[in-house]
Amino acid sequence: MQNVFEVLAYSPPGWGGALLRGLLNTVQIALGAYLLGLLIGLFGAFGKIYGGPVLRWSLEIYTTLIRAVPELVLILLLYYAGADFLNFLLESMGFERIDINPLVAGIYVIGFVQGAYSTEVFRGAFYAVPTGQIEAAKAIGMSSWKCHTRVVIPAMIPFAISGLANLWLIATKETALLAVVGFSELALVTKQATGSTKAYLPLYLAAAGLYLSVTLASNVIFGAVERYYRRGQPVQG
Amino acid sequence: MVWDWLPEYLPRFMEGLWLTVQLLVISIVIGMTLAIPIGLVQVTGPRPLAWLAKGFCTVVRGTPLLIQLWLIYYGVGSLFPSIPGIRESFLWPYLRDAFPYAILAFSISVAGYEGEVMRGAFRGVPKGELEAARAIGMSPFQVLRRVWLPRAVQNVFPTLTGEFILTLKATPLAATITIYEAFGISSIVRQETYRIYEPLLFVAFLYICLSAILILLFRYLENKIPKRSA
Repeated sequence: MQNVFEVLAYSPPGWGGALLRGLLNTVQIALGAYLLGLLIGLFGAFGKIYGGPVLRWSLEIYTTLIRAVPELVLILLLYYAGADFLNFLLESMGFERIDINPLVAGIYVIGFVQGAYSTEVFRGAFYAVPTGQIEAAKAIGMSSWKCHTRVVIPAMIPFAISGLANLWLIATKETALLAVVGFSELALVTKQATGSTKAYLPLYLAAAGLYLSVTLASNVIFGAVERYYRRGQPVQG
Repeated sequence: MVWDWLPEYLPRFMEGLWLTVQLLVISIVIGMTLAIPIGLVQVTGPRPLAWLAKGFCTVVRGTPLLIQLWLIYYGVGSLFPSIPGIRESFLWPYLRDAFPYAILAFSISVAGYEGEVMRGAFRGVPKGELEAARAIGMSPFQVLRRVWLPRAVQNVFPTLTGEFILTLKATPLAATITIYEAFGISSIVRQETYRIYEPLLFVAFLYICLSAILILLFRYLENKIPKRSA
């Protein structure tokens, strides 16, 4: 086995720099996918709450199917289906086929999966908001839109935050699955590095350490966010 | 959609499914056996053991399972051939096979996640019940076996069901270390027939069926647990 420090050195032939760039890709995808998931989740939750039967049922099918099928299968399905669908659209409009930017594809695939989970988180949080607060907002004459942006959604955040923190951690770890479709995030870079150096143990340990540091940093940040949004709420437990 | 490949590959899918079930059941059994002491020491101490258990849970839950799997299969697995004489020993056929590594990785993962669940479960059992058990003269082990553990499991049973479904959904990762369970077979079909969607949809359908069976089984078990009528 080669010297561990040589393998993990920042500049080539060491793989340290490549690993860090992989980590950057991982964080970028996770962040993009998480935001996309939150957006889908917010619309999904209100669709489930206020929507007509068709919208409600299609959202129900979306959240149930996504949560019942393994992520690895979903990622492959969505990856191929998304690319085919986009190219089908482009061709029918008379444009050329394109290769999809892997960053965008990764964000779309993981975001679509995350959306199903965050729909349920937001839906649960909505029902935890005391009805009195919503009635009070309506009583002083807020329009439905104002009532939601000023009262309902801010009041939902404290109930949703622990679920959302969990989803963020899942998002960062789920990006590792993109290695299977060939996106060069941390997991795949590590695999390539082990392929060329054969230093399996130190490289995988380094990758695990990087993922762990992302998790630990996120825990600190989400802890602070939670404390901020829980201010003024009665202490629980 | 073309499904003419299905009859030919169906027997292999059944073998793959059996492998998936084996992976799932063995990892859950080993993982839960580890999770109980991991959860317990975090509540009872001693302190150093509690820290160790907490650290273990944090590391397992903070890193992707895929990396853990590769770390164990490629990383730890790469150390064995350098041990002199190991190729001649009776262990070698097992060390060369990917299945034990997958079992090890999944068991560790189950132990980490469920250790955290069990910690909350043990803590959630009312103190009075444990004191009552001690007061009528049960030994500490008897308290654990007859009162503490059953009450803890009873409280978190629905959570554990959800966690085991997540474990089921993680088993396809084993395909990345050459274990041809249900998902692995679908990849073979994909490569041999050049069909992308049909095998993936079929394997998705298989996993939905497995989840449904698992949910029904655990609901049946949950109803078997006597509940206090409130």
